[in-house]
Amino acid sequence: MEYAAHKPSNEAGFWLLFSAGGVVAAVLIPIHLFLFGLAFPLGWLPQPSYEYLLSLARSPIAKLYLFVFCALPLFHWAHRFRFTLYDGLQVKHLNEVIFTFCYGGALLGTVLAAHLLWKI
Amino acid sequence: MTAEAKPTVARYTEFHPRWYRPNVSVYWWMGQRQYLKFILRELSSVFVAIFVVETLFMLSALKGGPQAYADFQNTMASSLMIALNVICFLFVLFHTITWFNLAPRAMPVRMGGKRVPEFLVAAPNYALWVVVSVFVGWLLLRTP
Repeated sequence: MEYAAHKPSNEAGFWLLFSAGGVVAAVLIPIHLFLFGLAFPLGWLPQPSYEYLLSLARSPIAKLYLFVFCALPLFHWAHRFRFTLYDGLQVKHLNEVIFTFCYGGALLGTVLAAHLLWKI
Repeated sequence: MTAEAKPTVARYTEFHPRWYRPNVSVYWWMGQRQYLKFILRELSSVFVAIFVVETLFMLSALKGGPQAYADFQNTMASSLMIALNVICFLFVLFHTITWFNLAPRAMPVRMGGKRVPEFLVAAPNYALWVVVSVFVGWLLLRTP
Protein backbone atom coordinates (compact mmCIF):
# COMPACT_ATOMS: atom_id res chain seq x y z
CA MET A 1 0.00 0.00 0.00
CA GLU A 2 1.44 3.37 -1.04
CA TYR A 3 0.70 6.79 0.26
CA ALA A 4 -0.98 8.29 -2.77
CA ALA A 5 -0.96 12.05 -3.10
CA HIS A 6 -4.31 13.39 -1.91
CA LYS A 7 -6.35 14.29 -4.94
CA PRO A 8 -9.26 16.70 -4.75
CA SER A 9 -12.44 14.73 -5.37
CA ASN A 10 -15.96 15.46 -6.57
CA GLU A 11 -17.50 13.53 -3.70
CA ALA A 12 -18.94 16.65 -2.05
CA GLY A 13 -21.00 17.48 -5.15
CA PHE A 14 -22.26 13.93 -5.48
CA TRP A 15 -23.06 13.88 -1.79
CA LEU A 16 -25.06 17.10 -2.05
CA LEU A 17 -27.10 15.62 -4.90
CA PHE A 18 -27.60 12.47 -2.84
CA SER A 19 -28.73 14.46 0.15
CA ALA A 20 -31.09 16.76 -1.75
CA GLY A 21 -32.50 13.75 -3.59
CA GLY A 22 -33.05 12.00 -0.28
CA VAL A 23 -35.17 14.89 0.98
CA VAL A 24 -37.22 15.06 -2.25
CA ALA A 25 -37.75 11.30 -2.22
CA ALA A 26 -38.73 11.26 1.45
CA VAL A 27 -41.21 14.15 1.26
CA LEU A 28 -42.74 13.80 -2.22
CA ILE A 29 -42.60 10.20 -3.41
CA PRO A 30 -44.87 8.53 -0.80
CA ILE A 31 -48.00 10.52 -1.74
CA HIS A 32 -47.36 10.18 -5.50
CA LEU A 33 -46.72 6.46 -5.15
CA PHE A 34 -49.76 5.97 -2.94
CA LEU A 35 -52.07 7.76 -5.39
CA PHE A 36 -50.75 6.73 -8.81
CA GLY A 37 -49.42 3.32 -7.80
CA LEU A 38 -52.15 2.09 -5.46
CA ALA A 39 -55.21 4.26 -4.80
CA PHE A 40 -56.03 5.15 -8.44
CA PRO A 41 -55.36 1.73 -10.06
CA LEU A 42 -57.24 -0.08 -7.27
CA GLY A 43 -60.19 2.32 -7.47
CA TRP A 44 -59.92 3.51 -3.86
CA LEU A 45 -60.08 7.11 -5.02
CA PRO A 46 -61.46 8.75 -8.18
CA GLN A 47 -58.81 9.27 -10.86
CA PRO A 48 -58.12 12.76 -12.20
CA SER A 49 -59.06 13.06 -15.88
CA TYR A 50 -56.47 12.95 -18.66
CA GLU A 51 -57.23 16.56 -19.60
CA TYR A 52 -56.79 17.83 -16.04
CA LEU A 53 -53.49 15.99 -15.54
CA LEU A 54 -52.19 17.25 -18.88
CA SER A 55 -53.12 20.86 -18.03
CA LEU A 56 -51.38 20.46 -14.66
CA ALA A 57 -48.25 18.99 -16.24
CA ARG A 58 -48.13 21.83 -18.78
CA SER A 59 -47.96 24.60 -16.19
CA PRO A 60 -44.42 25.95 -15.72
CA ILE A 61 -44.40 25.45 -11.95
CA ALA A 62 -45.47 21.82 -12.30
CA LYS A 63 -42.80 21.27 -14.96
CA LEU A 64 -40.12 22.53 -12.61
CA TYR A 65 -41.62 20.45 -9.80
CA LEU A 66 -41.73 17.29 -11.91
CA PHE A 67 -38.18 17.85 -13.16
CA VAL A 68 -36.88 18.08 -9.58
CA PHE A 69 -39.12 15.15 -8.63
CA CYS A 70 -37.44 12.94 -11.26
CA ALA A 71 -33.86 14.22 -11.35
CA LEU A 72 -32.79 14.53 -7.72
CA PRO A 73 -34.08 11.13 -6.48
CA LEU A 74 -32.25 9.47 -9.39
CA PHE A 75 -28.96 10.94 -8.17
CA HIS A 76 -29.91 9.86 -4.67
CA TRP A 77 -30.30 6.33 -6.03
CA ALA A 78 -27.00 6.52 -7.92
CA HIS A 79 -25.06 7.38 -4.76
CA ARG A 80 -26.67 4.83 -2.49
CA PHE A 81 -26.70 2.01 -5.02
CA ARG A 82 -23.06 2.65 -5.90
CA PHE A 83 -21.92 2.28 -2.32
CA THR A 84 -24.21 -0.67 -1.68
CA LEU A 85 -22.50 -2.48 -4.54
CA TYR A 86 -19.03 -1.38 -3.39
CA ASP A 87 -19.54 -2.42 0.22
CA GLY A 88 -22.20 -5.09 0.00
CA LEU A 89 -20.73 -7.10 -2.84
CA GLN A 90 -17.12 -5.94 -2.40
CA VAL A 91 -16.53 -5.67 -6.12
CA LYS A 92 -13.64 -3.20 -6.05
CA HIS A 93 -12.37 -4.14 -9.50
CA LEU A 94 -15.71 -3.05 -11.00
CA ASN A 95 -15.80 0.37 -9.31
CA GLU A 96 -15.54 2.32 -12.56
CA VAL A 97 -18.21 0.24 -14.29
CA ILE A 98 -20.54 0.69 -11.31
CA PHE A 99 -19.88 4.43 -11.22
CA THR A 100 -20.65 4.80 -14.92
CA PHE A 101 -23.77 2.66 -14.66
CA CYS A 102 -25.18 4.55 -11.67
CA TYR A 103 -24.48 8.14 -12.65
CA GLY A 104 -24.97 7.41 -16.34
CA GLY A 105 -28.40 6.01 -15.52
CA ALA A 106 -29.29 9.01 -13.36
CA LEU A 107 -28.13 11.40 -16.08
CA LEU A 108 -30.10 9.52 -18.73
CA GLY A 109 -33.28 9.71 -16.63
CA THR A 110 -32.71 13.42 -16.01
CA VAL A 111 -32.29 14.15 -19.72
CA LEU A 112 -35.37 12.05 -20.51
CA ALA A 113 -37.42 13.95 -17.89
CA ALA A 114 -36.29 17.30 -19.31
CA HIS A 115 -37.15 16.16 -22.83
CA LEU A 116 -40.61 14.87 -21.88
CA LEU A 117 -41.47 17.97 -19.87
CA TRP A 118 -40.27 20.22 -22.66
CA LYS A 119 -42.43 18.46 -25.26
CA ILE A 120 -45.50 17.73 -23.15
CA MET B 1 18.62 -2.95 -7.56
CA THR B 2 21.57 -0.73 -8.51
CA ALA B 3 22.42 2.47 -6.74
CA GLU B 4 21.38 4.59 -9.77
CA ALA B 5 17.91 3.10 -9.93
CA LYS B 6 17.00 4.11 -6.38
CA PRO B 7 14.44 6.90 -6.20
CA THR B 8 15.97 10.16 -5.06
CA VAL B 9 12.96 11.16 -3.00
CA ALA B 10 12.12 8.91 -0.10
CA ARG B 11 8.54 7.67 -0.33
CA TYR B 12 8.31 5.91 3.01
CA THR B 13 6.83 2.81 1.51
CA GLU B 14 9.65 0.36 1.94
CA PHE B 15 9.18 -0.36 5.61
CA HIS B 16 5.50 0.39 5.88
CA PRO B 17 3.72 -2.68 7.20
CA ARG B 18 0.76 -4.06 5.30
CA TRP B 19 -2.57 -2.82 6.56
CA TYR B 20 -4.37 -5.27 8.74
CA ARG B 21 -7.52 -5.92 6.75
CA PRO B 22 -9.15 -9.22 7.49
CA ASN B 23 -11.28 -10.64 4.69
CA VAL B 24 -14.95 -10.00 5.25
CA SER B 25 -17.59 -12.31 3.84
CA VAL B 26 -19.77 -10.95 1.06
CA TYR B 27 -22.71 -11.84 3.30
CA TRP B 28 -21.48 -9.72 6.23
CA TRP B 29 -24.79 -7.86 6.39
CA MET B 30 -26.95 -10.97 6.85
CA GLY B 31 -25.95 -11.90 10.40
CA GLN B 32 -27.13 -8.92 12.42
CA ARG B 33 -30.39 -6.99 12.44
CA GLN B 34 -28.64 -3.61 12.37
CA TYR B 35 -26.53 -4.56 9.34
CA LEU B 36 -29.56 -5.97 7.53
CA LYS B 37 -31.49 -2.79 8.29
CA PHE B 38 -28.61 -0.74 6.88
CA ILE B 39 -28.54 -2.71 3.63
CA LEU B 40 -32.35 -2.58 3.28
CA ARG B 41 -32.24 1.17 3.88
CA GLU B 42 -29.64 1.57 1.15
CA LEU B 43 -31.66 -0.68 -1.18
CA SER B 44 -34.75 1.50 -0.66
CA SER B 45 -33.10 3.80 -3.21
CA VAL B 46 -33.72 1.15 -5.89
CA PHE B 47 -37.47 1.40 -5.28
CA VAL B 48 -37.26 5.19 -5.28
CA ALA B 49 -35.67 4.94 -8.72
CA ILE B 50 -38.31 2.45 -9.92
CA PHE B 51 -41.06 4.91 -9.09
CA VAL B 52 -39.25 7.72 -10.89
CA VAL B 53 -39.13 5.46 -13.97
CA GLU B 54 -42.90 4.85 -13.58
CA THR B 55 -43.39 8.62 -13.45
CA LEU B 56 -41.34 9.02 -16.64
CA PHE B 57 -43.63 6.45 -18.30
CA MET B 58 -46.63 8.43 -17.07
CA LEU B 59 -45.27 11.68 -18.52
CA SER B 60 -44.59 9.89 -21.79
CA ALA B 61 -48.18 8.58 -21.80
CA LEU B 62 -49.58 12.03 -21.04
CA LYS B 63 -47.57 13.39 -23.95
CA GLY B 64 -48.77 10.52 -26.19
CA GLY B 65 -52.48 11.36 -25.92
CA PRO B 66 -55.64 9.99 -24.22
CA GLN B 67 -55.26 6.47 -25.67
CA ALA B 68 -51.63 6.19 -24.53
CA TYR B 69 -52.67 7.38 -21.07
CA ALA B 70 -55.52 4.84 -20.90
CA ASP B 71 -53.01 2.11 -21.78
CA PHE B 72 -50.73 3.37 -19.02
CA GLN B 73 -53.63 3.23 -16.54
CA ASN B 74 -54.40 -0.36 -17.56
CA THR B 75 -50.76 -1.35 -17.09
CA MET B 76 -50.71 0.26 -13.63
CA ALA B 77 -53.83 -1.73 -12.67
CA SER B 78 -52.25 -5.09 -13.59
CA SER B 79 -51.58 -7.35 -10.63
CA LEU B 80 -47.85 -7.37 -11.43
CA MET B 81 -47.62 -3.57 -11.17
CA ILE B 82 -49.79 -3.48 -8.04
CA ALA B 83 -47.51 -6.04 -6.38
CA LEU B 84 -44.43 -4.08 -7.42
CA ASN B 85 -45.94 -0.83 -6.15
CA VAL B 86 -46.89 -2.35 -2.79
CA ILE B 87 -43.23 -3.35 -2.31
CA CYS B 88 -42.07 0.07 -3.58
CA PHE B 89 -44.43 1.85 -1.19
CA LEU B 90 -43.15 -0.07 1.84
CA PHE B 91 -39.52 0.62 0.93
CA VAL B 92 -40.21 4.30 0.23
CA LEU B 93 -41.93 4.68 3.62
CA PHE B 94 -38.90 3.00 5.19
CA HIS B 95 -36.69 5.54 3.41
CA THR B 96 -38.84 8.47 4.58
CA ILE B 97 -38.85 7.41 8.22
CA THR B 98 -35.14 6.54 8.38
CA TRP B 99 -34.25 9.76 6.51
CA PHE B 100 -36.25 11.98 8.86
CA ASN B 101 -34.92 10.25 11.94
CA LEU B 102 -31.37 10.68 10.67
CA ALA B 103 -31.66 14.48 10.63
CA PRO B 104 -31.18 14.99 14.39
CA ARG B 105 -28.09 12.75 14.31
CA ALA B 106 -26.55 14.53 11.32
CA MET B 107 -27.28 17.93 12.84
CA PRO B 108 -27.51 17.90 16.64
CA VAL B 109 -29.28 21.06 17.77
CA ARG B 110 -28.33 22.66 21.05
CA MET B 111 -30.32 25.24 22.94
CA GLY B 112 -29.23 26.79 26.19
CA GLY B 113 -26.31 24.37 26.42
CA LYS B 114 -28.59 21.37 26.24
CA ARG B 115 -29.18 19.09 23.34
CA VAL B 116 -32.69 19.34 21.91
CA PRO B 117 -34.38 15.92 22.05
CA GLU B 118 -34.19 14.00 18.78
CA PHE B 119 -37.94 13.79 18.23
CA LEU B 120 -38.22 17.58 18.41
CA VAL B 121 -35.60 17.97 15.67
CA ALA B 122 -37.27 15.33 13.50
CA ALA B 123 -40.79 16.68 14.08
CA PRO B 124 -40.64 19.57 11.55
CA ASN B 125 -39.72 17.03 8.85
CA TYR B 126 -42.84 15.03 9.58
CA ALA B 127 -44.93 18.20 9.66
CA LEU B 128 -43.56 19.24 6.26
CA TRP B 129 -44.26 15.75 4.92
CA VAL B 130 -47.91 15.91 6.02
CA VAL B 131 -48.47 19.42 4.65
CA VAL B 132 -46.90 18.61 1.27
CA SER B 133 -48.78 15.30 0.99
CA VAL B 134 -52.13 16.94 1.79
CA PHE B 135 -51.47 19.64 -0.81
CA VAL B 136 -50.49 17.17 -3.55
CA GLY B 137 -53.51 15.01 -2.66
CA TRP B 138 -55.82 18.02 -2.78
CA LEU B 139 -54.45 19.14 -6.15
CA LEU B 140 -54.94 15.69 -7.70
CA LEU B 141 -58.30 14.86 -6.12
CA ARG B 142 -60.18 18.14 -6.56
CA THR B 143 -62.60 18.20 -9.46
CA PRO B 144 -61.94 21.35 -11.46
